[in-house]
Amino acid sequence: MKKELRFTVNGQPYELYIKPKTILVEVLRAHLGLTGTKRGCDSSSCGACTVILNGMAVKSCSVLALQANGGEVLTVEGLAKGNELHPLQKAFLDHGAFQCGFCTSGMLMSSKALLDENPNPTKEQIKEGIDGNICRCTGYNSIIRALTGVVKGEYKEEK
Amino acid sequence: MIRDFEYLTPKTLEEALTLLDKYGDECKVIAGGQSLLILMKQGLVAPEYLIDIKGITELNYIKSDAKEGLRIGALTPHRAIEKSPVVRNGFAVLAEMENRLASIQTRNWGTIGGNLCHGDPAGDPAPVLIALNANLKMASLKGERTTAIEDFFLDYFETALEPGELLTEIQVPVVPPHTGTVYIKFNVIESDLATVGVAVSITLGSSEGICQDVRIALGAAASTPVRAKQAEAVLRGKKITDNLLREAGQIASTEAEPISDIYASEEYRRELVKVLVKRVSREALARAKQA
Repeated sequence: MKKELRFTVNGQPYELYIKPKTILVEVLRAHLGLTGTKRGCDSSSCGACTVILNGMAVKSCSVLALQANGGEVLTVEGLAKGNELHPLQKAFLDHGAFQCGFCTSGMLMSSKALLDENPNPTKEQIKEGIDGNICRCTGYNSIIRALTGVVKGEYKEEK
Repeated sequence: MIRDFEYLTPKTLEEALTLLDKYGDECKVIAGGQSLLILMKQGLVAPEYLIDIKGITELNYIKSDAKEGLRIGALTPHRAIEKSPVVRNGFAVLAEMENRLASIQTRNWGTIGGNLCHGDPAGDPAPVLIALNANLKMASLKGERTTAIEDFFLDYFETALEPGELLTEIQVPVVPPHTGTVYIKFNVIESDLATVGVAVSITLGSSEGICQDVRIALGAAASTPVRAKQAEAVLRGKKITDNLLREAGQIASTEAEPISDIYASEEYRRELVKVLVKRVSREALARAKQA
């Protein structure tokens, strides 16, 4: 029997009926068409599916969609404001912090959760903040440089 | 693919226990689901009814008391324990263990109770809680009972929970003076499960640094998290030397009953137990001297 799921994604309220077995990443990608969130290993290892749920980074391949009922989800599509990229996105572009790009949305969301919690992380804390995300092109150094640039205030959010 | 199920969301412990009693073997309980959903995706677990208890806020708490020690609600997320000032100050080893459990994303959604009830012998919390001499409180419609955590694990993914019972609270007694507790896990990728994990708690007597009590707990070294009691006996009542530490490691490696799997062979795991028991005990001793 389908159940009602009411939640907001990137500030937009949604109300849909889903099978209880539906995983959060499936709702985002298949039901809402938000394909920025990637489905990688599907077993909570790679972090490509990371979204922010109620202020916390989670792996959306490992959360039942109905557990997000009443909650707030932020996906990579919610980072930019209109045509203005988020400071993290600008920094990732400047530092070439991706090669194939598959891990990027997850990396961005883990980075966002880290900076929301601790705006001034050390290099070690940055590494810890993204250690649930795997980059199989091994572009970690440029990702860490991009984050460091944001921490140093080189990428201000436009008001 | 996950098989369809009926989804139930009790809001109180009482409601949850009533549902558990009603559906018995046909139901499975989900908290954060960080381990369970993987098994469900693989089709290894396919319940008719899924009882989602994550919304039961009365089981999400961390309380500390000078006499009673630490009490953690079963539905407390790992990350809350990791960041709790109370845990960091009085039970640092628990926060350290949580900091290395899986990834931040998993720790944000997964719960300590869910981890324990999953019953994976490679889980991180169990060895640490065994070393800390913790108890577990369980509830059913018939009432409550408490058991030592070392008696909670029966076999791979099998616990002492009876049908109709839920784990409700983890109770960690006040740490005695001059006690040091350390947990180290060996793994290749930081966010993986332990290939072998060892937790050791050493309590020194007030005079001359005699080891008054010691608890050595092994993870991923048998079908359940286990104490290495013979290794403990090597150290208990003695002034600990490097030779004794080496002997304790040696004995623990024969006490362990590890399996071979894709991560490590049985032989390799025994070697890890030998080295880690020695190393972790040495660090626990250093901490006990400073405590």
